[in-house]
Amino acid sequence: MLTNILTVALPEIIILISAMSVLLLGVFFKNKNASSLFGITQLALLIAAYFTSQLPIESKLLAFNDMFVADSLSLYLKLLSYFGLSLVLIYSRDYLLKKNLLNGEFFSLVLFALLGINLIISSYHLLTLYMGIELLSLSLYTLVAIDRKRKEATEAAMKYFILGAVASGFLLYGFSMLYGITGSLYLSKISEQIGVTEINPMILSFALVFVTVGIAFKFGAAPFQLWVPDVYQGSSTPITMFIGSVPKFASVAMLIRLLYQTLDHLVMDWQLMLLVMAITSMLLGNITAIAQTKIKRLLAYSTISHVGFMLLGLATGTITGISAALFYIATYVLMTLASFGLIIRLSNQRGDIDKISDLSGLVKDQPWVAFLLLIIFLSLAGIPPTIGFYAKFSIIQATLQFGWIWPAVIAVISALIGIYYYLRMIKIAYFDDTIKATKTSKSVNNELNLTLTMNVLALIVLGLFPSTLMDIATLTSALIF
Amino acid sequence: MPVTLSHYLFLAGILFAISILGIFLNRKNIILILMAIELMLLAVNINFIAFSYYLGDLAGQIFVFFILTVAAAESAIGLAIIILIFRNYKSINVADLNRLKQ
Repeated sequence: MLTNILTVALPEIIILISAMSVLLLGVFFKNKNASSLFGITQLALLIAAYFTSQLPIESKLLAFNDMFVADSLSLYLKLLSYFGLSLVLIYSRDYLLKKNLLNGEFFSLVLFALLGINLIISSYHLLTLYMGIELLSLSLYTLVAIDRKRKEATEAAMKYFILGAVASGFLLYGFSMLYGITGSLYLSKISEQIGVTEINPMILSFALVFVTVGIAFKFGAAPFQLWVPDVYQGSSTPITMFIGSVPKFASVAMLIRLLYQTLDHLVMDWQLMLLVMAITSMLLGNITAIAQTKIKRLLAYSTISHVGFMLLGLATGTITGISAALFYIATYVLMTLASFGLIIRLSNQRGDIDKISDLSGLVKDQPWVAFLLLIIFLSLAGIPPTIGFYAKFSIIQATLQFGWIWPAVIAVISALIGIYYYLRMIKIAYFDDTIKATKTSKSVNNELNLTLTMNVLALIVLGLFPSTLMDIATLTSALIF
Repeated sequence: MPVTLSHYLFLAGILFAISILGIFLNRKNIILILMAIELMLLAVNINFIAFSYYLGDLAGQIFVFFILTVAAAESAIGLAIIILIFRNYKSINVADLNRLKQ
């Protein structure tokens, strides 16, 4: 029993222990010694990644009375989460140090959020899923408010808190209906019961609607996207980067666990709902982004449109659709990390970058950074040879294979709309004159520069050779069922 | 008239609807929103307990313990954020939270 738990849930145990010890050590290390906390956190991520990668991909290992599962999906998403979080920490270190926010609480909250993400990814029971969601959300609310003297940050935290709590409430109401219908909290048993017993379809779709609304809220998909722009704009850039990247893995996992593995008999019902949300997110995200003047708000709307693409892949319900979505989420996180990494790098030098016009004349100032910006935004727009192109292409391919012509056409149109504002960013950085003389401090961190360059390089290399990642995504999604 | 399962579900549904209205129609105080969120979780609890009793299954009641604990943690964080809002804005009026517009 104990050995079973130790093999399956060892990464989570390591993360939990390190989260608590970092919090404790943070009391003794003052701000200047925060690099040791940084080291401990990175080490914990590395060890957790090692033990996660030791788990077999083909089999389904259960622990904690079958409430916790380790399968192909959890392996894929967890490894990506560790990697993403590690990059987030590298990017945000200098920025937070300057703002006096790099302390034990930050590392501890980030690790607790990761624990929540892992719990969601590995959940096989409604209770584990709920605990994971709350652990993640509560850590994120606190992280948004961690810059506690800034008005915007506290306001964003409040808005995030209220809407997040409402989403949890909806999800829980759906859970309680599912429990009442089937008499079980195990995902697999709920699925079995729905398949076997004759249930009033009205009540069943009632529960389904609540669950789907909850998922959409957490995902940030339209029409439940209200919190996304405000939270992105209000929180500090490293926190925005974290919220925009790693928790999306948890959202995908939650959707797959709840809709594909629990409510799989209702595929006809949720397919349509996901399709509608995907189309509205793609169109709304891309069209609203055109009007934005703040850079983080623009990236928020761009996130909404990317979420739309992922939902389109997931809505098909086929293995090609899921693998395209799993591929998309990995590349999306890579692109998000690169774009926010770039903003942080510039903010370290020039002071906080807020408006898009702050980027003007970047190419004269720092040609290399401007080139990185060019690649990142071409990738976000989905232009070959970058990875963003192949990701969008595989989603549209999966949609067409499923026989959805119109959704594919709408996806292409919205991607074209998106190209407009991404190219506008590039135009501002390359062709606009500098409005004000920016005082540039020459203190450039080599570690951050190197990571950013590698990250951008990965966008091109993966774009040229996407087959390895795609094969892994396909294998993962084939083993889900 | 005997009290049946549907009575409990009806009560929970009404409570849930009241809490949703409380959150989205409220234009005054953030603390009222926090109370509405608590009410929402309590509606879910009633659902769980009613189902648990009529199904003869304990898992639902155990779930309620977890929800109660999480709700306590959630309101602690919510109140902490409200204190920060009050320090920064000198008010906890919903209408004053309008800095995050483009």
